[in-house]
Amino acid sequence: METILEPFGFEFFRNGLWAALMVGTLCGLIGVFIVLRGMSYIGHGLSHAAFGGAVLGYVINLNFYVGAGMAGFLAAVLINQLSKGNKIKSDAAIGIVTTAFFALGVALISRVRQFTKSFDAALFGNILGVSTIDLLIIAGVLVLTILAVFFLYKPLLFSTFDNEAAKVFGIRTELIQLVFSLLLAMSIIASMNVVGVTMIAATLVIPASTARLLTDSFGRMLVMSAGIGAFMGVAGMYSSYQFDAASGATIVLCGAFIFCCVLLFNYIRDRLDNHEHMHSHGGMVHSHLHHHEDEHDHKHSEQTHTHDDGHTHTHDGHTHSHEVDEIKQK
Amino acid sequence: MIRLTDVSAGYKKNPVLTHLSLDIEEGRFAGIVGPTGTGKTTLLKTILGSHEVHGGSVEVMGRPVRSLAPGTIGYVPQLETVDWTFPVTVEEVIMMGLFAKRTYWPWPTKSEKSQVHALAEKLGVGQCLHHHIRDISGGQQQRVFLARALISNPRLLVLDEPTSGVDIKTQHDVLHLLQSLNKDGITILITTHDLNAVASHLPWVICFNKTVIAQGKPDDVFTEDILSKTYGGDLAIIRHDGHLLIAHNAKNKHRH
Repeated sequence: METILEPFGFEFFRNGLWAALMVGTLCGLIGVFIVLRGMSYIGHGLSHAAFGGAVLGYVINLNFYVGAGMAGFLAAVLINQLSKGNKIKSDAAIGIVTTAFFALGVALISRVRQFTKSFDAALFGNILGVSTIDLLIIAGVLVLTILAVFFLYKPLLFSTFDNEAAKVFGIRTELIQLVFSLLLAMSIIASMNVVGVTMIAATLVIPASTARLLTDSFGRMLVMSAGIGAFMGVAGMYSSYQFDAASGATIVLCGAFIFCCVLLFNYIRDRLDNHEHMHSHGGMVHSHLHHHEDEHDHKHSEQTHTHDDGHTHTHDGHTHSHEVDEIKQK
Repeated sequence: MIRLTDVSAGYKKNPVLTHLSLDIEEGRFAGIVGPTGTGKTTLLKTILGSHEVHGGSVEVMGRPVRSLAPGTIGYVPQLETVDWTFPVTVEEVIMMGLFAKRTYWPWPTKSEKSQVHALAEKLGVGQCLHHHIRDISGGQQQRVFLARALISNPRLLVLDEPTSGVDIKTQHDVLHLLQSLNKDGITILITTHDLNAVASHLPWVICFNKTVIAQGKPDDVFTEDILSKTYGGDLAIIRHDGHLLIAHNAKNKHRH
């Protein structure tokens, strides 16, 4: 028990845990829109651009968040401008712009080698890298995001579902897109030190995708995704301490494990709902694909069977009950 | 009801509509027909006010279309453009028709809920309000999106290809439903590729190929000359027992 509770005695761990809880919730919330809008690649790209900006900012004595934020904003503008024409699609524009920013960061680090250690946290996430300022910034972005999602729920839902129709119905889709882009950029920059640039995309996508497997309702997906994100953040941060591994990696691994469990659960549930039973009636053994809903009874439609002895007969529809294993002839 | 005056729209370097003028009277149930890629969708979006216009004016109900209050025009998109995997229920989709009201509370009010339930019942989808949109039939899906467009009580209803991708029975049901809505006083404008559905169900047709070739009753407009100008030939018109049938003229195609 002492070993389990041991890390909670350290302030750095408690800070890291709070940060992971908030980052998980934040990425879970924003991730729903990322996944449903098919924007997974932009999350990955923006975090890389922000990293380049953070390194550049460090070189010219700018605050980490200012450098990362400016690079993220500039990258978003450049991607938008590049993909406006017909020749370069947005995924190519994201690839060009954000990788160029990331490359700038890597080039600066390799040029001045003493920086290398300082940016490990930004690349892979670090339990030790969470300061009180980081906590305050993450909390601020989380509160802002929760408020935006709450009060802009309707336009966000409509424009995510069908942007073209939303525009016709009077939703200010361009404003909503702008607000969303700002929230995304802020979330990525706030999460960088905890999850790491290389892992952010997965932190955004895994909770939302897992929630999508569990529900067909948008509202429930939002709540579930935030919950799954929070859980994977806490579990990942705890594992990071126990296994002495980078927090970004352990958080993503926890998320991937949860996703696989849900996938398996869905598979088993589907198999149980739609499966074949062997039946024996009238001296004939056969199987059908069944769908189980509220009750276990199911009906056979008219069918023709050929028996081993060569004679063929037709059923005119009857009902089985597996529990009592008897055939109620209609 | 709808007045386009000298409208140019589309891409700046490659305009789709140039100096187009069109009048559609209030109370019409009109179908826009024409080949693919000739500007039907651009025309529809121009009328809806969602497409940038480079010149001319677009007025709906006597006012510039972009100055209309949200919900004045009801819009039903092509079902083929809908993301059927999106996690949303029938009730939530219909409710979206009320989203333009500037309320920031995420949950619907009691009166909004009862409004949605009453309209869903009227359109025959009341029993599937809590179903996912993928889990209902094609006809029900069309009615759900129709309900979303009608929930704000529009005087003009615009539908993009409501007859595409559905079976003939559903197509028939949808057009009859639109007929009854039109009788209730709603002006309806649809685009379609199905000339026979237009000939048998719609009282007014607009033949369109980058510009208005002709408009009027199907009996008057569906002539070989007008259809040839609209589609570039190869269409035969068969009049039988008071019915109008348009068929692809295979003979002409193979003539040397």
